[in-house]
Amino acid sequence: MEKLITLVPLFPLVGFLYQVFFGKNTSKQLTTIIGSGAIFASFVVSLIVFNSQLHSHQAVTVKVFEWIHAGSLHIDLAFLVDSLSSTYLLFITGVGFLIHIYSSGYMSHDQGFNRFFAYLNLFVFFMLILVLGDSLVTLFVGWEGVGVCSFMLIGFWYKEHANNEAAKKAFIMNRVGDLGLIVAMILIFSNTGTLNYVELFNHGKIASLSPSLITTIAIFLFIGAMGKSAQFPLHTWLPDAMAGPTPVSALIHAATMVTAGIYLVARNGDLFEMSHTASNLVMYVGLITALMGATIALTQNDIKKVLAYSTVSQLGFMFVALGMGAHSIAVFHVITHAFFKALLFLGSGSVIHGMGGEQDIRRMGGLKKYMPTTQKTFLIGTLAIAGIFPFAGFFSKDQILAHAMEHNMPVFILLVIASACTAFYMFRMYYLTFHGKFRGTHDQEHHLHESPASMTIPLWVLAVLSVVGGFIGFPHALGHAIHFPHALDHFLEGPVLVAVGDMSVTVEIILALATMGIAVVMIYVAHNIYIAKATHVLEDNEITSPFHKLLHKKYGFDELYEAMFKKPANAIGHAFATVVEWKIIDGIVNAAGTAAEGVGSLARRLHGGHIAGYLLTFMIGLIILLSLIFKA
Amino acid sequence: MLTLALLCIPAFFGLMMFLSSDLSKKLASVGSILNAVMAIGAAVAMSYGKTEMLEFDGGVIAPLGAHFALSLNATSILLVLLNACLLPFIVHVASKHEMRNASTFLSLILFMSSAMMGAFLANDSFLFYICYEAALVPIYFIILQWSKAENKNAIVLKFFVYTLFASLFMLFSLLYVRQFADSFLISDMIAAGSKLSQHEQTWVFAGFFIAFAVKIPIFPFHTWQPNTYKAAPTAGTILLAAVMLKMATYGLLRITMPMVPAGVADADWAMWLCVISIVYASFVALNQTSFKLLIAYSSIAHVGMIALGILANGNTAYEGALIEMVSHGVIALGLFFIADMIESRVGHDHFNKMGGLREKHPAFAFLFFVIVMASVALPVTSGFVGEFLLLQSVGSHNIVMALVAGLTVVFGAVYMLRAFQSTMLGKHNAELAFAEMTASEKMVLTILVIITIAIGVYPGMLLDVVHKGLQLTGI
Repeated sequence: MEKLITLVPLFPLVGFLYQVFFGKNTSKQLTTIIGSGAIFASFVVSLIVFNSQLHSHQAVTVKVFEWIHAGSLHIDLAFLVDSLSSTYLLFITGVGFLIHIYSSGYMSHDQGFNRFFAYLNLFVFFMLILVLGDSLVTLFVGWEGVGVCSFMLIGFWYKEHANNEAAKKAFIMNRVGDLGLIVAMILIFSNTGTLNYVELFNHGKIASLSPSLITTIAIFLFIGAMGKSAQFPLHTWLPDAMAGPTPVSALIHAATMVTAGIYLVARNGDLFEMSHTASNLVMYVGLITALMGATIALTQNDIKKVLAYSTVSQLGFMFVALGMGAHSIAVFHVITHAFFKALLFLGSGSVIHGMGGEQDIRRMGGLKKYMPTTQKTFLIGTLAIAGIFPFAGFFSKDQILAHAMEHNMPVFILLVIASACTAFYMFRMYYLTFHGKFRGTHDQEHHLHESPASMTIPLWVLAVLSVVGGFIGFPHALGHAIHFPHALDHFLEGPVLVAVGDMSVTVEIILALATMGIAVVMIYVAHNIYIAKATHVLEDNEITSPFHKLLHKKYGFDELYEAMFKKPANAIGHAFATVVEWKIIDGIVNAAGTAAEGVGSLARRLHGGHIAGYLLTFMIGLIILLSLIFKA
Repeated sequence: MLTLALLCIPAFFGLMMFLSSDLSKKLASVGSILNAVMAIGAAVAMSYGKTEMLEFDGGVIAPLGAHFALSLNATSILLVLLNACLLPFIVHVASKHEMRNASTFLSLILFMSSAMMGAFLANDSFLFYICYEAALVPIYFIILQWSKAENKNAIVLKFFVYTLFASLFMLFSLLYVRQFADSFLISDMIAAGSKLSQHEQTWVFAGFFIAFAVKIPIFPFHTWQPNTYKAAPTAGTILLAAVMLKMATYGLLRITMPMVPAGVADADWAMWLCVISIVYASFVALNQTSFKLLIAYSSIAHVGMIALGILANGNTAYEGALIEMVSHGVIALGLFFIADMIESRVGHDHFNKMGGLREKHPAFAFLFFVIVMASVALPVTSGFVGEFLLLQSVGSHNIVMALVAGLTVVFGAVYMLRAFQSTMLGKHNAELAFAEMTASEKMVLTILVIITIAIGVYPGMLLDVVHKGLQLTGI
C-alpha cells in the first residue's frame, strides 16, 4: 500500500500545474472541483496508507528518483512512510481539504480565485514533501517550498503595500531560521556522510558523534524550527502574516506549516534526546514563547491577531513538550491544535465575511443573533483551546502540564499561568464578538448574515473533530485504569519518542480538575468583565498604563529589530556603497593606476583609441619574450 | 574535430558577417544555434562514451612549447554547453534593439564566444591564457562603441587595464611552473606543479588567485565590475556576467586546483577574502536602487561562493561548482534580460520609481518571480543545488566560514525581494507606460525558467554527463 504514497503529493501538484497552464480560462466551479478534488484524492490515499501503517507498523521507504549525486553525497527523492509521517499526512490533507472547500465560499467574490487555489494546491504539495521526505534535504525542499507559498499567500492581495511588507518579513525571518537548518545539515553530512534519517538514526550514525557536536547540531536544527514555528525571538512574522486571506491563516499559519518546526524536532528526536543542553533550550524557548504570546493576546483587539498570538503561544506549549522529551505529546497537541485552531480561524473568517471586512472586536458584539452556526462552532473551538473537558485541547494540554509537573515545577507553574491567560483572552474575544450589544455601524449591522454552506459545513466538521479529537490520546494512568488506551502514543512509538510518566491516577485526576478549574474561573472573570459589567474596551489612544502599553505594543520587538538589525544593516550597506566602495577601494585602484608613469601615458594613448595598436604591441612583445625564455 | 568545430563556428560566422552585413542577424542566429546544437551533441556523445571526437591536438607551436590542443572532458563539458547554449539568447538580445553597425556588434559577440570557447576547450595552459586574454578585445570594443554611458571611456579603460594587468600574474605563475614541465599541456603542468615545494606552490597559487580575483571578481578587486556591467549594452553585460567570469572559476577548478594542491590547502587567506566578498557585496546590494547594479553586486556574492566552494575543496565542491556556474549563467542571463526589458520600456532601471506592474502583466510577474527565486537558491531551482553543494564543501572545511558566507541566504532574499516588490507589486501605476511582453520575450523567459527548474529538479541530466566524463577522461 505504501507504494501509493507518490500519489499523495502528486495530486496537489497536478492541481497546481493545471492552474498554471489552463487557469486563465477555467471557471470558478471547475477550479473548486479540481483544487479541492486533488486534496480529497490525496486524503483518500493518505487514509489507505495510514490504515496500512496502523496494521503493519513498519517504516517503508519509497524511492522516486535519484536527485543529487555529487562526491559522496547521494540524495534521492524518496518518501519515508511511517507512523509519524502518515499521521501528519492525514491531518494535512484532511484539514487542507476542508479549508479548500471553505475557500470556495470565502474567496468566491475575489478576482484572484483561481490563483488562490493554485497557491493552496502548491502549498499542500510542498507541505507533503516536507513530511514525507526521507532525508533532511528533501525536508528542506518542502520547507522552503511552503515558505514561498506562505510568501505568495500573505501577499496575496499584492496591491496593498502592508501585505507585501508582511510577506517579505515572513520570508526573510524564515530565511534566518533556514540558515540554521542549512548549517545543521552541513555539520551532519560532514561528520556522518549522510543526511538520510534511517541511516542517521537506525544505523547509529548520529550516536557515534561527540556530545558537543550533537548539541551544536541540535541547536542549529532548532534555530530552523524557531523560524518556521515562530518561536521567540523569530516570532514577529507570524502575527503580521495575518495580512493574508483568512483560509491561509487557518491552513498555513495555524494548522500545518507553522507546526513543521515541531515535526523537525520530533523527526530528529534522538538527536535532541542525546543533548540535555539542546533539549533545555527547546523547553525554555518554548516556555518564553508560550508566556509571551499568551500575555500579548490579552490586549489585542484584532480578531485574527488574537488568534495569531494564541498560535504563537500554543506552538510554545508544543516546544515545551518537546524539550521535556515528551515528543509524542507535542505531536498530539499539533493535531488537536490543527482542529480547533483551524476551526477558530475559519470561524473568524466567517465573522469577518459577515462584518464586511471588519476585524476589530471592539466594533462587534451580539453576533450570536445573526450568525448562530459560526457562534456555536466558535464556542466549541474556544472551549477546546481553553482546555475544558471533553474537548480536544483539554487532553493534549493537560498531558503537557502533567509532564511539566513531573519534570520541572517552575516551568509547570508558568505554563499554568499561560493557560489561564489562554482561557481569559479566548473568552474575552468570544464574548466581545458574539455577546452583548452590537458596537459597529448601522451599515454593518444591516449587512450581517450567516455564511454560506460551503463555509459552515467545514466549520461543523472541524467542530466535531475538536470535540472528539482528544480521545485518540487518553491520559495514560486513567486510561490504564478504565482500559482506554492512549491510541496515538501506541501508534507513534518507534519513530517518535514517547514519554510515559509515572503519575498516579489520583494525581492525574486532581491535576486535570485543577487546571480546568482555573480555566473556568478565568472564563467567569472574562464573563464578569465583558458581559456582566460590559466594561468599555480601551481604544488604542486611551491606553495609559505602562504595562498595558507594553503588551499592546507586543513588547516592542518590531521596534527593537528595526533598531538592531534593519537600520544598522542599511547604514552599513550605505557606508559600504558610498564611502568604502568608491572613496577607499576604488580610490586606491585609481591611485595605483595613475601612479605608475607608464600606465598613465598608456592611458592617454588608450583614450585616443589606439587600443588595437597597443594590443598588437603587447602580443608581439609577449611572444618575443616567451620565445627568448623557451628557445626550445 | 568536434572540439575544433565548436571553437571555430562562432568566429567563422562572425567573419562571414563582414562579407555580407545585410544577412548579419540571420548569420548570427544560424551560427549560434548551430554551435549550441553541436555542444549538446557533444554532451550526448560524451554520455554515450564516445570519446573519439572529443580530443584535438593541432601540434606544437615550436618556439613556445605550447600545444594547440583542445579537449572536451568532464570539467569543460558543462562550460562549453553554457557558452554555446547561451549564445543564441545573447544574439537575440543584441538584435532586439535597433543600433548602428549592428553587424559589427554581432560579429564581435561571436568572436568573443569563440575566444571563451577556446579557454574552456584548451588542453594547454598557454592556449588557455591566450584565449582568456583574447576574450577581452571584443568586449572592449563592444562597450566602447555601443555603451550609452557618459563616462564609458574611463570605465572601459579601467576594466581593460585592470584585468589585463592582473592576468600577468597568472602568466608569471604559468611561466614559473613551465620551467619544470615538459610542455604547456595542462596535464604536464599539473604533474610539474604538484611536485613543487609548499612555499613555491603558495606563490604560484597567489599569482593565479590575483588574476582570477580580478576577473571573477572578488573583493577588493571588484570595483571595475559594477560600472562595467551597468555601462555595457545588455548583450555585453550578459557575456560578461553569464559566461566570461566563468573562465576564471573554470581556470581555478581545472588548472589551479590540481596544479598547486598544497598552495590551495594553505589558502585560508584567499577563502576569507571570498567570504568578505560575499558579505560585503550583499551589504552593498542592500543599498542599490538601480536594478542592473543590484544584479551586479548580487553576482559578486554568488560567484564569490563558487570560488569559495572550489577553494574549500570539499567532497561536493567539484559538482557544486560546475552546477552553480551553469546555474549562475542562466540566472544572470534571465535577470539582465529582465532588466533590459524594464529599462527599454521605462527609460531607466531605478526600481524605486516603479511599481504595480503585476496587475497588468501577470505572466511577466510570474516568470520574473521564478527567476528571482532561482537567484535566492530556492530548492527545485538550479540555484539551490549548486549553492547547497558549495556551502557543504565550505562547511566541511570550516563551519564558521559556511555560516558567515551563508548569510547570503538571508541577504539575497532581502534585496532580491525588495527589487521584485518595488517593480511588480503595489497599486497599478497608470503613469508607468509599460508595453506588454512580446512573444519572443515571453519565450526567452519561459525557456530560462524551464531550464532552471529542470536542473533544480533533475540535476542528474548534467551531472550524469560529468560523471561519465570523469570515467572516460579522468578530468
